[in-house]
Amino acid sequence: MKQYEYMAKGRLKERGITVPPGRIADTPEEAAKVVAEIGPSALKAQVLVGGRGKAGGIKFASTPEEAVIQAKAILGMDLKGYRVDRLYVEAKLEIERELYVSVTTDRNAKKPLVMASAAGGVEIEEVQDDLIIRRLVDPEVGVLPYLGREIAEAMNLSLPLAREFSELLVRLYAIYRQEDAELVEINPLVVVDGHLIAADARLNIDDSALFRHPEFELVEEGSALEHTVHQLGLAYVELDGDIAVMANGAGMAMATLDAIQHYGGRPANFLDAGGGAAVEPTAQALSVLVGMHPKAIFINIFGGITRCDDVAQAILQVRRSQGIPVPLVVRLVGTNEQKGVAMLEEDGIAAFSEMSEAAQRVVELAGEGR
Amino acid sequence: MAILLRSEDKIIVQGITGNQGRFHTGQMVAYGAKVVGGISPGKAGQQVEGVPVFDTVRQAVAATGATASVVFVPAAFAKDAAYEALENGIRLLVMIPEHIPVQDSIDIVTRAQALGAVVIGPNTFGVITPGEKTKMGIMPNHIYRPGPVGVVARSGTLSYEIAFSLTNAGLGQSTVVGMGGDPVVGQNFISVLEAFHQDPETKAVVMVGEIGGSAEEEAAEYVKTLGKPVVAYLAGRAAPPGKRMGHAGAIIERGRGTLDSKERALTAVGVRVVTMPWEVAPAVREILG
Repeated sequence: MKQYEYMAKGRLKERGITVPPGRIADTPEEAAKVVAEIGPSALKAQVLVGGRGKAGGIKFASTPEEAVIQAKAILGMDLKGYRVDRLYVEAKLEIERELYVSVTTDRNAKKPLVMASAAGGVEIEEVQDDLIIRRLVDPEVGVLPYLGREIAEAMNLSLPLAREFSELLVRLYAIYRQEDAELVEINPLVVVDGHLIAADARLNIDDSALFRHPEFELVEEGSALEHTVHQLGLAYVELDGDIAVMANGAGMAMATLDAIQHYGGRPANFLDAGGGAAVEPTAQALSVLVGMHPKAIFINIFGGITRCDDVAQAILQVRRSQGIPVPLVVRLVGTNEQKGVAMLEEDGIAAFSEMSEAAQRVVELAGEGR
Repeated sequence: MAILLRSEDKIIVQGITGNQGRFHTGQMVAYGAKVVGGISPGKAGQQVEGVPVFDTVRQAVAATGATASVVFVPAAFAKDAAYEALENGIRLLVMIPEHIPVQDSIDIVTRAQALGAVVIGPNTFGVITPGEKTKMGIMPNHIYRPGPVGVVARSGTLSYEIAFSLTNAGLGQSTVVGMGGDPVVGQNFISVLEAFHQDPETKAVVMVGEIGGSAEEEAAEYVKTLGKPVVAYLAGRAAPPGKRMGHAGAIIERGRGTLDSKERALTAVGVRVVTMPWEVAPAVREILG
C-alpha cells in the first residue's frame, strides 16, 4: 500500500527525520492560508506517482494570491492518469545539494538493501549505475551508525553532514523494518544551511503486514471496480480490453491473458478466483465480470483443489439469477471434470478441455483476432 | 533419485486440525507420503486421517524423528510456526500460507540459512516426487507420473497445467518444486537448478516463471553450466507495469521484472523459451527425443 507524500513525511517526522514545514490543502483558499503562515512555498500534487515536477504537479507561490492561482492550476488536473484532489503546501527550500537514500528489499539476496547516491533529485532508475552505492543489510545485525558513516564517506560528505546522514539512515531502516515498509525513499534528501532535510519521500507498506499496523490510514489505489472486487478477497486488475477473464491461480490467470493476446484478442481484466475456489466466491467473481459488459467472457479452470462441478454450479447459478448476455467460453479440466462438463452441457454451454482452443474461440466470439 | 524430498523423509503437518491442514493431510497420506504427526496446540492426543496430533513440534519430533514439516497455519502466525520447526531440528520446511509479511519471510529464510535448513515457499503449492510417492503440499495427486523431467515453478495452478500436459505427453516428472509467489522465498531458480544438476534421474528441466523480480535473469547465468536442457515458459506478457498480478511478487516495478528482460536473458544462454503453456510439452519431447 502506497502512502501519499504528506503521510510518508508524517512518519519520517515522528521518527526524528527533519522534513520541511508544511500542511495539506484541498482548496485554493486553504493553500493561500498555509502560504500566509509559512511564507514562500511549493504546492505539490498528492498523487501516487513519481516524476510530478516534470508533469506540472509542483508549482511555487510566494504570496497567498499566487497560491490561489497556482492551486487552481493543479487541483483537479490529471497527472499521469491520477486526478489531483489534494495539495501538500510546503516551505520552499534554498537547496545546496541533492542526495538520494532508500531502504528496500533485495528479492534475490532475501535481505534489506540500502541504496544511496550523491546524485539525488532524479528518479533513481535514471542515475548512472556507478553513482549508486548499494549495501545489503544482515537482518540479524540491522543498520548501525557505522554503515551510515561508510556510505557518507563514499558520497564524499564531510563530517557534520556525515554524522547527520548516519543518524538518519538508522532511523530510516527502523521505519523499513518496524513498520513493514516495502520501500522507504527520500529523494531528494537535500542539504540546506549545512543540514539534511527530506524534501520528498515515498513510503510503501507491505499489504500482507497491514494487520499489525492499524496506525496507517488506508490508501486505495485503482478504480472503484478494483476496490469492489478486492473487498471480495479476490486479486483483480483492470485492463483496457473487452474480453472478461477469470481463472484459478495467479499464474493461470496471467497465462490466460497471454493466450487471449496471442490470438489477437484484448483482455479486459485479470481475475484470480483462487487456487481452491468454492461455489460462492466463484459466482461472485463471475457476477462482477458480467457487470463489466464485456464482448465475451472466458473462464479458464484447471481444477486441482478447485472442483470443476463447483465451477459449473457457480456458472449456472449466475446464469439463472442475473443472466449472462454475452458469449461465454469455459475451459474446464481436472477434478470432477466430467461432472462439471455434463452440468454445463445440459444447460447448453460448451466446455473446452484445451486452453488453446478455448482462447482462440473466445477471441473469435468477441469479434477480434487476426 | 529425486531432489529435496525423498520417500523416507518423515513429515509433520503444522496446523493439522484446520480445514486446509486436515484436507491436505488426507491427500498427502493417500499419495503415500510418510506423514508421522501433526501439530495443533491444545489438541494433543487427537488423530487426523490416522495421524497423531501433538501440542508442540518438540514433542512431535521427539516421538517420531520427523525432519520435514509442512506449515498450514494462518499467515500472522507463520513466523512463529517456522521458527518452532527450525529450532527443533526440522531441515525441510514447506510454507504454504499466502500473505506472510515480507519482513517475517526475511527472518525465516535468514534463520534457516544459518541452520542449514531448506525453506520452500512461502505462498507455494509445495514439492512432489512422483517416483517415490511422496509430497508435501496442496497439489492434486492424480496429474503427476514418475519420469525424467524436473519442474520448478513460481505458480501453483500454472505448474499443474504444465505438469499435466507433460504427463499426457508421456513425460513424467522427477520432482516438481513450487518456489512460491512471494517477493522473498526460500528457493530461487538457481538453488533448485543446482539440485536438478546433481540428480541423475533428471534429464531435462522445465522452468515456469512470471513477471517480477529478477530470479529468471539470475538463473540464466547458472544455466550455462547446468549441463541439462531447459525449457522455460514465463507468464505475464499482457501484464501492465506497476500492477500486482495476484502474486505479491508478480509486479513490474520501476521498469524491472519485465517478461522481455527475462526471456532475453534465458534465450541468450540457450534455454528453449516458449510463449504459450501448451508449447512446453512438445518442446521437451523434441529435446528428449
